[in-house]
Amino acid sequence: MIEVKKLVKRFGLKTILRGLEFSVAPGEFVALLGPNGAGKTTFLRILATLSRPSLGNVMVAGYNLPHQAAQVRAKLGVVSHMPLLYPDLTAEENLRFYGRMYGIGNMEERITEVLEMVGLENRRKDLVRTFSRGMQQRLAIGRAVIHDPEVMLFDEPYTGLDQDASEMLDDVLRTVAAEGRTVVMTSHDLARAEELATRFDILSRGVITASATQKELKKTNLLSFYKQALADS
Amino acid sequence: MQPKPLILKILDVVSIIVLAVAAYLALVFAPTEAVMGQVQRVFYFHIGTAWVGLLGFVIAAVAGILYLVTKDVRWDRFEVAAVEVSTVFFFITIVLGSIWARPAWNTWWTWDPRLTTAAITELIYIDYFMLRQGIEDPEKRARFGAVYTLLGGISAPITFMVIRLFRTIHPVVIGSQSAAAQGGFSMTSDMKVAFFFGLFAFTVIFIDLMWHRIRLGNLEDKVEQLKLKVSM
Amino acid sequence: MMDKKTATIDSRPETMNRPSSIVHRPSFVKATLAIVQKDLSAEFRSFELISAMLVFSLLVIIIFNFALELDVKVRQSVTSGVLWATFAFAGTLGLNRSMSVEKDRGCMDGLLLAPVDRSVIYFGKAISNLIFMLIVEAIVLPVYSLLYNVNLFRLDLLGVILLGSIGYAAVGTLLSTMSAQTRTREVLLPILLFPVAMPVLLASVKASGGLLAGVELSEVLMPINLLIVYDVIFIAIAFMVFDFVVEE
Repeated sequence: MIEVKKLVKRFGLKTILRGLEFSVAPGEFVALLGPNGAGKTTFLRILATLSRPSLGNVMVAGYNLPHQAAQVRAKLGVVSHMPLLYPDLTAEENLRFYGRMYGIGNMEERITEVLEMVGLENRRKDLVRTFSRGMQQRLAIGRAVIHDPEVMLFDEPYTGLDQDASEMLDDVLRTVAAEGRTVVMTSHDLARAEELATRFDILSRGVITASATQKELKKTNLLSFYKQALADS
Repeated sequence: MQPKPLILKILDVVSIIVLAVAAYLALVFAPTEAVMGQVQRVFYFHIGTAWVGLLGFVIAAVAGILYLVTKDVRWDRFEVAAVEVSTVFFFITIVLGSIWARPAWNTWWTWDPRLTTAAITELIYIDYFMLRQGIEDPEKRARFGAVYTLLGGISAPITFMVIRLFRTIHPVVIGSQSAAAQGGFSMTSDMKVAFFFGLFAFTVIFIDLMWHRIRLGNLEDKVEQLKLKVSM
Repeated sequence: MMDKKTATIDSRPETMNRPSSIVHRPSFVKATLAIVQKDLSAEFRSFELISAMLVFSLLVIIIFNFALELDVKVRQSVTSGVLWATFAFAGTLGLNRSMSVEKDRGCMDGLLLAPVDRSVIYFGKAISNLIFMLIVEAIVLPVYSLLYNVNLFRLDLLGVILLGSIGYAAVGTLLSTMSAQTRTREVLLPILLFPVAMPVLLASVKASGGLLAGVELSEVLMPINLLIVYDVIFIAIAFMVFDFVVEE
């Protein structure tokens, strides 16, 4: 579903990604872990078509980036630490706007369906600015799945959420956003990543230095795997 | 560090010589203008600097387009060099113009199309550097710079045409209606020698300075690269 | 590849055989209208942008009133200048606000993620910005007429104001997209915009000044033509370079 070969991204003279190799099979949930400045967000922005690769091959959902960016975008949902919602619009107006940008049919049915999935059905006519951070993030997930994308990208979705809100978000991420889709998530939160992902890739200094699936990894030692991988690189 | 190329060294010397000759022609060789007297002599340098100032503006806009098309960082350095050198020359043009305007029009400044357009163009140059200063990512800086020179390059001539609708007292020295505007005069053949040599001299100096600035840009780039290597 | 599909997928198989896609990439016009409608409904709920522009406009007029001693004689010659200075200042306020709405919560990324051409975003935002300017102008003009007892509601004058506003919004939207991505943000917009928008402002002042002084339409045809030329050129350029301004 995602194929990345020899990806290089430079900002001026600074090289952020140095020949990164990465691939995700359909249905996989990959957590990208790594220290600050390793290039996680940059990498995710390239997958999201928001940033152009300097060199290398990137295929998402069967299309080439950056040349077929528009086709990729139609099959892509992104949840970042910012909600990407308009505070002066209601929940349903936000969804309707994004729905129109994706040209989806059966708009009203789909909006109701999505609002039910993220548990905001009874707040549909409320302004987003009155929502708590957790509710905004849930609506952001609804926004990201409005066009039923095949690939989902999560960029630090837990930033700024307290314990309760994070747990609630876990549920929504698992049932609404991840199921039946291919997912790549960046996170600092090893515990959350451990619960959600089926594979863990460590990104350090612009390359993937280690990778392990859930099965290979005993549940308790993602932390030691992570530390080991960073120490080796 | 690569040594200074020989042609550039030669060009440096030539620049100094042509500047000296141009100064001689303007200050000594050319006859004193009958009505305005000595002050008219700034005109030879005024036109020379104005010409390269405008030339640089056009070059920058073209380099900007080429950068957007090719994304080759060398065009960006070319563009920066052109704008930077032109900013200085344009400033000199405006100052020389004021010196001339004081006795000719009895004022340092007037809102005539040429003067106003010159001032606005100079402001666009300065804005260009303010814009670049505010952007961290060098690639984005180059892109935005290119877009802005393009916008400036197109709006400046339209500004000129619009202001001309208001009115003008700036003399058109070459052409038929020479002495019509206040402060106009017609050139004798000796004056023409000084005039055209001035244009030539400033073109040479402009090329020389452009070359130095581009070379400086390349060296800056190299220093950045070395710094990155050391820090790794 | 099949064995890599994890157990979670089997729990809800219907999502895997979903209908090929519910997405049909929207047409240029529909997507542009979606952006405009989104901006308008958000604005008509809060009136943040329009009220700020309006109050600011009135304050500018009050300042001009005393700065220029707008008595009957002076007024005749400076009305068009006062109006356009007011529109230009208020315009930058609106342009800045309209772009920071997109920037602050990452909504610009949301727009860029949509499967539409980049120019849709440009035209959507430019049309919204133009509508905001026109709304403010539609309120400022009668207020000015009332305060100074001049009739500003003339079709030819409104035409000039429309042409000027189009040019201003066209360049302003492009430059506000740029300035929003710099360190100095709001401060930079007027500095970048005014010298480039100078032809619009000057031609508009000239044309509306002429019309207010009662000259024939044919006498102000030159500035009006220049306005049209500027509008066409800069909309075309913005359309071509907008990609470069939003890509990364």
